[in-house]
Amino acid sequence: MMQEYINGLLEKGERIDGRKFDEYRKIKIETGVSKNAEGSARVIMGDTEVIVGVKMDVGEPYFDSQDEGVLITGAELLALSSEDFELGPPGTKAVELARVVDRGIRESGCIDMKKLCIKKKEKVWMIFIDIYTINDGGNLIDASALAVLAALRDTKFPVYDEKNERVDYGNLDKKSLPLIKLPLACTLYKIGGKTLIDVNSEEEKVIDARLTVTMAEKEIHAMQKGGDGVLRVEEVDEMIKLAEEKIKKLRGLLK
Amino acid sequence: MTYIKRFDGRKFDETREMEGKVGIVKNADGSAMFRFGDTIAIAAVYGPKDLYPRFLQNPEKGLLRCYYDMTSFSVTERKRPGPDRRSNEISLVSEKALVPVLTLERFPNAVVDVFIEIIQANAGTRCAGICAASLALADAGMDMKDLVCAVSVGFVDGKVMIDLNKEEEDIDDMTDIPIAVLPRTGEISLLQLDGNLKRENVIEAIELVKKVSKKIYEVQKMALKERFK
Repeated sequence: MMQEYINGLLEKGERIDGRKFDEYRKIKIETGVSKNAEGSARVIMGDTEVIVGVKMDVGEPYFDSQDEGVLITGAELLALSSEDFELGPPGTKAVELARVVDRGIRESGCIDMKKLCIKKKEKVWMIFIDIYTINDGGNLIDASALAVLAALRDTKFPVYDEKNERVDYGNLDKKSLPLIKLPLACTLYKIGGKTLIDVNSEEEKVIDARLTVTMAEKEIHAMQKGGDGVLRVEEVDEMIKLAEEKIKKLRGLLK
Repeated sequence: MTYIKRFDGRKFDETREMEGKVGIVKNADGSAMFRFGDTIAIAAVYGPKDLYPRFLQNPEKGLLRCYYDMTSFSVTERKRPGPDRRSNEISLVSEKALVPVLTLERFPNAVVDVFIEIIQANAGTRCAGICAASLALADAGMDMKDLVCAVSVGFVDGKVMIDLNKEEEDIDDMTDIPIAVLPRTGEISLLQLDGNLKRENVIEAIELVKKVSKKIYEVQKMALKERFK
């Protein structure tokens, strides 16, 4: 029923909430939403709301990158935020969300990981990013990527007490994270042969395919194709062009 | 040490600033936020809905399930996401704190799920969670005998005080007593204690909560009125 209705409207160039195909819902970004986090942000995108917190700690580097910090990204699709989400450890949808966002941050070189090294081979800063959904109104990936970047920009190092080898939480340094690039995600959704962005819950239920494109400037740093349908090369080309244009606008909201 | 003046200058029977807001999670059947100072809890209610697996269904009455969880970044040292022993116990006592105000006979074979999430923690999270959950149940249009008001009481050096913050909770010898009452009758639906106390002190703590619950109740009522204005 809903599928036919949505498709019928799309044929006429319309969406159920009256937006254009390439139009985001109203976006609101707030930072500093959780005081015990070293950085935090809330993004409201239409009916979708996510909260992201950044916590930092000092630990050992990975064996293959001994002079670089550690980045760990997680996502919790809270049962509180949708009747479709179940309790329990993160399922495949949560893991995909966390990994797609993580890849954008990691592969773009967003954070200067070498500057997170305290002592080579021994001590580095670890950054924990946790995404929590408050209300799932569709398009969680774009909202999460935006919230993660806003939270990273909000992050201040806690003071590290070298002598006692302890992080003095609550005592924040004035120093921000060394951010070099600002990667953001735009997900393109294909429904009945049409391409649209920022789907709401009703639209998200009937998508054929989706493609998430994460870009910092001109380069693409992460992509993820989802949904049961397929994409043609011309469609991918068109989608990347649209993503680049939309990401530029999203970045403007962070300033 | 003798604790004569509270760290944040509050009177001993004064809570931190309270705030309540109803209708904050659109997908839920009912939802609310409740704040004691820097402690922020949100709660969402889903149901009544069919209870599965079927053998759990009770034709006599419905079931209330409560889940308490903290965001990893709500505390100073990152908490691993997901449930642990502490959160499981709090889920249980929160459920027991809320169930007395519900008329579960009204929805046989069904379940009501209440999800509580701590966004920011500075002591008293289970109490803020119960205050928020009670509001969320009211927002969901549940048939309720009363709201539930919860707040912690502290005892140190023979002195009783309401709504401890983290700094106070961390005082050596501080006894922490989270209590929930039904504001109209003064009946108790949550009572926990850890520390070291005499019987008279416990009674004094409960009496203090009964007094203060009137103020919590006002904040909750205001939040509900704001929603249905």
